[in-house]
Amino acid sequence: MKKIQLFGLIIVAIAIGIIVSTAGDASTYVDFSKAKEMADDGDNESIHVVGKLKKNTAGQILEMEYQPEIDPNYFAFTLIDNNNVAQRVVYKSTKPQDFDKSEQVVVIGKMEGNTFNAEKILMKCPSKYENGKLETTEATVAKS
Amino acid sequence: MIHTTIGSAGHLLVIVAFVSALVATFAYFKASKNDLPTDEELTWKRFARAIYTVHVVAVLGVVFSLYWIIGNHYFEYHYAWKNSSLSLPTGYTISSFWQDQEGSFLLWIFWNVVLGSVLIFSNRSWEAPVMTIFALVQAFLTSMILGVVIPGLDLKIGSTPFLLLKEVMPDIPVFKMDPNFVAKDGNGLNPLLQNYWMVIHPPTLFLGFATTLIPFSFAMAGLWTKKLNEWLRPALPWALFSALVLGVGILMGAYWAYETLNFGSYWNWDPVENTSFVPWLVLVAAIHTMIIGRKNATALKTSFILTIATFVLVLYSTFMTRSGVLGNASVHSFTDLGLSGQLLIYLLTFTILSVGLLIYRWKNLPSDEEEVSTYSQEFWIFIGATLLCLSGFQILATTSIPVYNKIAEAFGTVLNMALPADQIAHYNKFQLWFFSLIIILTGVGQYFWWKRVGKDKLQALYNPLLLTMIISAAVITLWGVKDIQYIALLTASIFAIVANGAILLNIIRGNYNLSGGAVTHIGVALMLIGVLFSSAYTKVVSINNSGLMISRSEEFTNNDNKENKENITLWLNKPEKMGDYMLTWRDVRVEPRHIPGYISKSWVDLIENDYRAVALRDIVVNDKQYYAKGDTLEISPENFYYEIEYREPSGKVFNLFPRVQINPKMGGIVVSPDINRELGKDLYTYVSMVTNPTAEPVWSQTENFTVSMRDTFFVNDYVAILDNVVRTDSVDGVTLGPGDAAVKAMIRVLDKENEYVITPSFVIRDRLVARKTEVNNDLGLRVQFQEINPQTGQFSFAVNTTQRDFIVMKATEKPLINILWIGTFVLTIGFIMATIRRFKDFIKMRDKETAAANATKRKVKAQTV
Repeated sequence: MKKIQLFGLIIVAIAIGIIVSTAGDASTYVDFSKAKEMADDGDNESIHVVGKLKKNTAGQILEMEYQPEIDPNYFAFTLIDNNNVAQRVVYKSTKPQDFDKSEQVVVIGKMEGNTFNAEKILMKCPSKYENGKLETTEATVAKS
Repeated sequence: MIHTTIGSAGHLLVIVAFVSALVATFAYFKASKNDLPTDEELTWKRFARAIYTVHVVAVLGVVFSLYWIIGNHYFEYHYAWKNSSLSLPTGYTISSFWQDQEGSFLLWIFWNVVLGSVLIFSNRSWEAPVMTIFALVQAFLTSMILGVVIPGLDLKIGSTPFLLLKEVMPDIPVFKMDPNFVAKDGNGLNPLLQNYWMVIHPPTLFLGFATTLIPFSFAMAGLWTKKLNEWLRPALPWALFSALVLGVGILMGAYWAYETLNFGSYWNWDPVENTSFVPWLVLVAAIHTMIIGRKNATALKTSFILTIATFVLVLYSTFMTRSGVLGNASVHSFTDLGLSGQLLIYLLTFTILSVGLLIYRWKNLPSDEEEVSTYSQEFWIFIGATLLCLSGFQILATTSIPVYNKIAEAFGTVLNMALPADQIAHYNKFQLWFFSLIIILTGVGQYFWWKRVGKDKLQALYNPLLLTMIISAAVITLWGVKDIQYIALLTASIFAIVANGAILLNIIRGNYNLSGGAVTHIGVALMLIGVLFSSAYTKVVSINNSGLMISRSEEFTNNDNKENKENITLWLNKPEKMGDYMLTWRDVRVEPRHIPGYISKSWVDLIENDYRAVALRDIVVNDKQYYAKGDTLEISPENFYYEIEYREPSGKVFNLFPRVQINPKMGGIVVSPDINRELGKDLYTYVSMVTNPTAEPVWSQTENFTVSMRDTFFVNDYVAILDNVVRTDSVDGVTLGPGDAAVKAMIRVLDKENEYVITPSFVIRDRLVARKTEVNNDLGLRVQFQEINPQTGQFSFAVNTTQRDFIVMKATEKPLINILWIGTFVLTIGFIMATIRRFKDFIKMRDKETAAANATKRKVKAQTV
């Protein structure tokens, strides 16, 4: 075999290795029921769950717990996934800035017992502009 | 008044630019045909050049129009309204130009126009074919900002920046009342981008993107006109220049992220970062194969592939960040403007065109007669380039996960793949080993390149190896590096410095012009060492050991999870121990525009929805009075700085001012670090949780206390003592008139460590009673002097309490980060040296060729005459 062919073969092998490993490391989007199943099966992989915060009719967030005066590194809240399953989520860090305003929350982590242990939280906040509301402009108009 | 002329002119010029780019493509295409008679070719060339000049003028006109609109604050235009405001300092008005997609496309178009003009003047012989590609790219880019709706088809091409506000948002009520309504002020530039790096980072990055077109165009032109070897010489200096500019652009972004974002680091493996880094890696690989491409056929073929790949990856990167494909996966991608289809066509056109042309010409490409020897320079450079590409491939394979989902969706299946939960660990696992090998190859490659080693002649490498072993062993022992992968990377980097350093010393005596490669390699090795120590050995200083975790104490001790303890809570003016430091949160400060440093927020009264504040006292900074009480001063209204005092065990005290920014464009509050820079390490501090500094405190219900002198009472769980009530002649700096009277109560409040005196006053002025409240933020108390009862000798106070002010912060130590920054400088210098050298080569050759061509022409003329 020529050197160049051997070389090509090695590269292809490494590339396949990379793809397989990426597929193995990639996480998945699931819902809480599936997350529970996975945890019960002993699957230790971190997964993504998309959901909304539990709110009352007035739009206030319910069951959110953060007391920095006691422990700044413990934040807990209830997230409702797209199948309307509510789940207690614990995030062992500070409450993310502007968490209250987020419309949609993605938690990354795994189920441990009855709580979902989040390692990372992604938030989708409504920006003033995208809502099509002209809040800032209206304020300016009123002033002038 | 609505200034419609400038917008219409801008829009018209975009159309002119688009059409002229198309015509120039065609004209240059005609001029490139080999079979044309010389005079006809010349006619086409002249025509093409004239059309291209029209294009240049049109593009400059578009740039000018948009800048005119922004600079003159024509807020009737959506772009100006959305991205700038009256209060914006002049420097940042420039940045608002490219804050949005249309402007950044325009920046890219602008750079291409500049580069195209330089090429026309510097390289006549390649003009026609190269400019064909250039003009075609310009046609695609200008189509992105065309903003033309094709009637009947309901197809919108491009998104123009010259739309009026009422054209973008016709439904808002104000236009129903007044169709000629013009907003008084704009929405402003995202305050996070109001940073000097953001003035220079985007133009640099886009210049980097734009320059990747040049090697690509030369490669295409080479294939097309069958100058399969000759394109390398003019393309190489531009490839180096491109790698220099793109690299510096990426590093500027990294430095900005380090200084401004709260990721806590300079690199986050964010998709947007990755998609600009991967083309750079491939470009660097291309440069290496281009250097040996004239001698080696395999390297020539690889050069074609990699140069094409670089440009296609830039297009892919553009597609990823601007089509909305990334969605939630990235913090700073643009939202979809409805351009994804157009972007996809752009990407596919050039991919198919270039790959097709390469396949078509493949059989014409030369091939090597004998196999490359393991002891040749070509072999080692080749391995290095391959590793660079594999490294890029790995990054791309993971970053494209959101794209796989979209593709699966298009085929009707649901993939639900997500990026790895721990991205940093995922990338590092590969990249650390790739870069260990790559950096070793820089050293080995240089030895082969300069023929210091060869077959049966490897002993020249022994000394550097020995030296590497000694230095690495010393560093590993002294620093206590234990992990095998870090030992590998460290040793590899040290070897690269030693080997490249030895080569550098040798060649610098001969001709320092040639040492660019060695210098660049040393820069990369230094950067890797800096990255290794500053990220792998980051130490969290703010470990929470306050013992306040009563409620979850079991969890606290059981779980060794570091993240659980990495943030500490600081109460206003209450010292807290953190690592070796004693920390106290002292104050909240604001940033005045015309005074150095920050001033206390309590010194001024901020005007709501404005960029000005009223001084509540004389503002004296460094013994100089800037404003008197009552003056109005300009401030940066979004930014608040939390003064945190660090007291070292030695007694040395320094202050850090991490920033909290009220930023509705980013969803609300954005925090930025402040860094205490020392030679050996950075102390990196940011506020991880804070109450909105502009929010009014929520006070509890009023509680009334009626007490006698020297009585003790309890407020908000503190012991308070009414010490005295005294007469006072002035309240709040106002001297009282003869008929007025005022008394001041002295209430002593005892905290665990401190004593505070609160002095509310009771004033009778012009026969009216005024009760001046006093607020103590440290205690979260507000006290008002209600009444004096002369009969009983008792005094009444109204007391409200609130949550005491606190912040939660995190501090980390990043050792040896300065080696990373030094490395970036060395890398930049190396690239500049190499670029200059290759440009000189090219100019020398070009002039020689022109001279030769002129000589033959003269000869032909002489013969015909």
